[in-house]
Amino acid sequence: MFLLNDIGRIKSFIKSGIANILPETGKQSRIILNERSFVNGVKHFQMPEKTHISVRDLNLYIQNNHILKNINLDIPDKKITCIIGPSGCGKTTLLKTFNRLFESSADIKISGEVLVDGENIHGNKVEVTHIRKKMGLLSQKPCPLPMSIFDNIAYGCRIHGIRDKKQVKGIVEHYLKAAGLWDEVKDRLNTPAARLSIGQQQRLCLARGLAVEPAIILGDEATSALDPISSKHIEELFVGLKSQYTIVLVTHILRQAYRIADYIIFMYLGEIIEHGPAEKVLNNPQEKLTKEYLAGIFS
Amino acid sequence: MLAVTVLSLCIAIVIGVGLYIKASPILHEKSLFNLLGNSHWRPFKGEFGFYPFIMGTLWVTGIAILLSLPVSLLTAIYISEYADKRIRRAVNPMLDILSGIPPVVYGVWGVVVIVPMVADHIAPHFVDFSTGYSVLTGGIVLAIMITPLLISIFDEIFFTVPKELRDASLSLGATQWQTIKFIILRKALPGIVAAVVLAISRAFGETIAVLMVCGNIPIVPKSIFDAGYPLPALIANNYGEMMSMPMYESALMLAALILFVIILFFNAISRVVLIRIEKQFHL
Amino acid sequence: MKKIIEEKVFKVLMIITTLVILSFLFFIFIAILRRGIPAMSWDMISKIPGGGFYIGKEGGLLNAIVGSIYIVLGSTILGMLISIPIVIYINVYLPSRSALASAVRLSFDVLFGVPSIVYGAFGFTIMVFLGLKTSLLGGIIAVSMLIVPILVRSMDEVARVMPRDMLDAAYSLGATKYETIKVVLRQIAPGIATAVMLSIGRAIGDAASVLFTAGYTDSIPTSLNQPAATLPLAIFFQLSSPVEQVQDRAYAAAFILTMIVLALSFGARYFSRKFSKNKI
Repeated sequence: MFLLNDIGRIKSFIKSGIANILPETGKQSRIILNERSFVNGVKHFQMPEKTHISVRDLNLYIQNNHILKNINLDIPDKKITCIIGPSGCGKTTLLKTFNRLFESSADIKISGEVLVDGENIHGNKVEVTHIRKKMGLLSQKPCPLPMSIFDNIAYGCRIHGIRDKKQVKGIVEHYLKAAGLWDEVKDRLNTPAARLSIGQQQRLCLARGLAVEPAIILGDEATSALDPISSKHIEELFVGLKSQYTIVLVTHILRQAYRIADYIIFMYLGEIIEHGPAEKVLNNPQEKLTKEYLAGIFS
Repeated sequence: MLAVTVLSLCIAIVIGVGLYIKASPILHEKSLFNLLGNSHWRPFKGEFGFYPFIMGTLWVTGIAILLSLPVSLLTAIYISEYADKRIRRAVNPMLDILSGIPPVVYGVWGVVVIVPMVADHIAPHFVDFSTGYSVLTGGIVLAIMITPLLISIFDEIFFTVPKELRDASLSLGATQWQTIKFIILRKALPGIVAAVVLAISRAFGETIAVLMVCGNIPIVPKSIFDAGYPLPALIANNYGEMMSMPMYESALMLAALILFVIILFFNAISRVVLIRIEKQFHL
Repeated sequence: MKKIIEEKVFKVLMIITTLVILSFLFFIFIAILRRGIPAMSWDMISKIPGGGFYIGKEGGLLNAIVGSIYIVLGSTILGMLISIPIVIYINVYLPSRSALASAVRLSFDVLFGVPSIVYGAFGFTIMVFLGLKTSLLGGIIAVSMLIVPILVRSMDEVARVMPRDMLDAAYSLGATKYETIKVVLRQIAPGIATAVMLSIGRAIGDAASVLFTAGYTDSIPTSLNQPAATLPLAIFFQLSSPVEQVQDRAYAAAFILTMIVLALSFGARYFSRKFSKNKI
């Protein structure tokens, strides 16, 4: 069994980049560290699967407050990754660095890299709208555009230059079906989107996000504002979609992480405390903070 | 206190009624249609045709809105969506100052700067001769007067569009301009319309600045370089001779009444339009 | 890419329009300053027009300055006497969704948009009705009518955001209606100050409302029944003179007027900022 100060000693060993250490746990699981996983001396799981997003030394300051501290992680391709942690720990902020939704604020300073498909999206020459197209964002509060249902989905086509009416119609139908909304709204595509129920609106936002054909879906507490039935709907959709998209979800509902996550990232006060495959982190957390969070000592 | 409040409700009505009473002599003499449609204004002969003045008002206001609306809209979009905080902080007080300058000072400036500009630099390209005192000049001066008002209202309206909506559009890969064009302007449309109606009301009633630069000749303007004679200018210029001729006073009161009614009308329209647009555009 | 080009084009357009508007501000300022400052002299603000003033001889603008001050002072007092009770009544005595309150607000919204010349014309009819001649009193009446909607509207905006809990707290402490009113007044005091400054700024610069009602004179009015000169009218009348020196005086008057209005508008901004800091 690990003792707390043993963990501390081993951590500092690793940080100084000295050795390969094979710690033993009572349960015989091994944490294998090798050279490849020493990036700036920080402990790092080697991804068995393909990585879609890599974050390297990301630091973010809002008005000189250090919000994200030395983030280093890999997000696996075509899996559901859940970022969990207590309120205010920077989960949403981290998510927003993925689609660069911080542009307008002048008080934000970012250093480090976020690599998507190997390309640093925070680089100077990168075209922002191109990045955002790759990422579909589903917010906590469903935000239908002030238009009809049809136009909401077609908006994506409009801004990216797809004008052919037949094509647009096809896209709208396809993605409404993908979001599980088609049957409910097919007769009233031209009515205002604001009249839908909140669960339907969230599915509409999902369809809208899918219609621009992203590679990655980002969800920021996507079911927190919904009733249980709609939440379940959305979760099922995510599970269904992960075969085609990489999904990163921020959630403070631990149960949700237990239900659908393939990969977990636990954050606390702007730092990554622990990350790894879901079964490992949720059932056998290594860090004290993780254990406490999972046990409900703080949330 | 109750008494004062209830009384104040009546003020609008009292004004309307009072003006009507004063205008009634002339209304009994001639039909309203005749008065509004007649182009001849010869008080000493007893002819009171308001048509030129109504047209004058429309021309000047029309030019003012045409010039001011695009400029105000673009500037407001820039200030609220693109410019950073320091620029905003610098520009807003300047707009405040612009809107606080008394109309008479605008009039002075119009006489000194705009009139020669129109006479010497703009008009020669289009017509043979213009004194510079024209509806165009009036329109330009009015446009500058209502622009700060429009900008500040637009700015407030854009501010009310929720950030989530902008974020949603940007997340889909839209550029900022696309977001503005398709989302923000759409959501802000009722407010924009209301602001324009407000600006039109102000432009209609502006007396002294326009009076100083528009020529004050009671003709129906045929081009923007013609002189005009808006309704408020009519009232202001002739109040002195009001008492000297029969029915002159009541004619001028009728002019005031017409102005009053038009403003009320616009107020009512703006409310109706606001409600309808909200329904129509799925807001 | 088309959409990027479109954005760049519009961005350039927007910057141009912003610069154009701001440059007009400077134009106006410079025009007034250029001809106004040279024409300014101590005489201007301390003497009333002498005999040959309008053909270029000596004198100053004191008649207009004092006249304007009297009218604005009178109408502000009268305006506040009318508007403060109204605002208190709708916000303290009436329940928040009262039909009467909405009707009053609507009515003042309408009156807010009425042009000043209509107030002038109406003021004139009242004066005739009351048997007054063009006088200080007439001017005060007309200008008061002009500023009451401005005062009511501004103060109402401020009073509406006042939390009702504060009133409840006052009542539950056993305050009478009058004492509660004092609390309310203290809460909205900066709002009142802003409203007053805004309306003074409007009133002092407005020519149309005083045109028929206050008349014009070369002397300083000593009673309410005498006509009064005002700065805007002074500017207007002197500008129409063919004599260059008289025109210069018009610019001096314009300069004085503009400075006063600027001071007021800065004051109003200062107060409204102070207000938002102390908001409950």
